Amino acid sequence: MGAEIGSALPELAIDLTPTFVVSTALATMDFTPVHHDVDKARAQGSKDIFLNILTTMGLVERYVTDWAGPEAVIERVAVKLGVPAYAGDRLCFNGTVVSREEGRFTVEVRGKVSLGDHATGTVTLALAEEGKPC
Amino acid sequence: MSDEELHELAGKQAALGEVRGTPAQDPVNAPMIRHWLDAMGDENPAYLEKGVAPPAMAQVWTMPGVRRSAKDRSPVDDMIAALDASGYTGVVATNCEQTYHRYARVGERLTPATRFADLAGPKRTALGVGFFATWKVTWYGEDDEPVADMLFRVLKFRPRTKAAPAAADRPAYPLQPAINQDTAFFWEGVRQGELRIQTCADCGHHRHPPGPLCPQCRSANSSHLVASGLGTLYSFVVHHHPPVPGRETPFVVGVVELPEGVRIVGNVVDCPIEEVAVGMPLRVTYRPMDDQLVLPMWAPSKEEA
Ligand SMILES: [Zn+2]
Repeated sequence: MGAEIGSALPELAIDLTPTFVVSTALATMDFTPVHHDVDKARAQGSKDIFLNILTTMGLVERYVTDWAGPEAVIERVAVKLGVPAYAGDRLCFNGTVVSREEGRFTVEVRGKVSLGDHATGTVTLALAEEGKPC
Repeated sequence: MSDEELHELAGKQAALGEVRGTPAQDPVNAPMIRHWLDAMGDENPAYLEKGVAPPAMAQVWTMPGVRRSAKDRSPVDDMIAALDASGYTGVVATNCEQTYHRYARVGERLTPATRFADLAGPKRTALGVGFFATWKVTWYGEDDEPVADMLFRVLKFRPRTKAAPAAADRPAYPLQPAINQDTAFFWEGVRQGELRIQTCADCGHHRHPPGPLCPQCRSANSSHLVASGLGTLYSFVVHHHPPVPGRETPFVVGVVELPEGVRIVGNVVDCPIEEVAVGMPLRVTYRPMDDQLVLPMWAPSKEEA
């Protein structure tokens, strides 16, 4: 696993089962009906319940720390939100290291679903020990 | 409110500066962290080992819960309410940017503060005309130092009415077929997804296009059969010019031979023009041209007629 500029993070694919969508909405304390109530989601023009934004942020964070390891300190997560991530779809994360300066990295992250980009953005993290992750 | 009044209100809300909310109901705690890590599938052991929260949980500690009535009134709420009242009722989040100054520690209680930042618009977007509203939330620790900041931007848009792009307002297709007592059965069939071929009620001869008299026995008694929908391209032309109202050129006009023994004229669709060839197997497909009219057309088929 490289951490040079241009190295790619391993892909992470998450099946967005209804259980996943609902349990993450509850774990983030978000009780908005479109994240757990199919009828209400449809009444608002959505095709199903969908992932909430707090979860998207949490998954972007998880994706990068899965790769960087437990010593990583996340400093910033900046996400541009795209198409909804509906239950029944699959969310695939890809990432690339775009800058590295001393122990600080910036990673570009893209989370795609079947409809297109659900989230694109950057994560900045610091590693206490230079040379990790490698 | 007019666009100017909305911008005026935005200026006032921004001038309020940072407005503090009530502190989180619970201090940062291990059960909520564990629940969050479990739901996210995050196996990073560092948080629970070190007694800190995943930084992306910043907002979780001050979420309003199931019954939102006790929620603080923030400068953002008044702005959103004014946009709703002005018809910009749709909402979609476009940006979320979080900066973590440090990780929140188990046992500390966070307090949020909200600052309205900016209203931009009206702008034309794929969803409709709308305003981009931006605000910033900062979570403070008990030492009154910021733990995390979040910039959040939403598009508040005027949803297009359902009728507009769908059925009701669709203009009539400019080339309407002549429907009379001899041809009505054919167009009624098309509407029902049936390709009906006229037959003579006396001698059984099949004929198309429909007409009043049997060319075989001169009988005026007619009936029809429902064709299988399969056919073979007998001949075709590619129409490039002149322009045809309601159509995009080039398009293919084909003569399709039916196994029922008649030929029918129709467009060949769902096929690159350079691949259209005499003898190709086709299957009928029905295309709504406006609210009333459906036209039968012909698409490539794997089944031979
Ligand atoms: Zn006849």
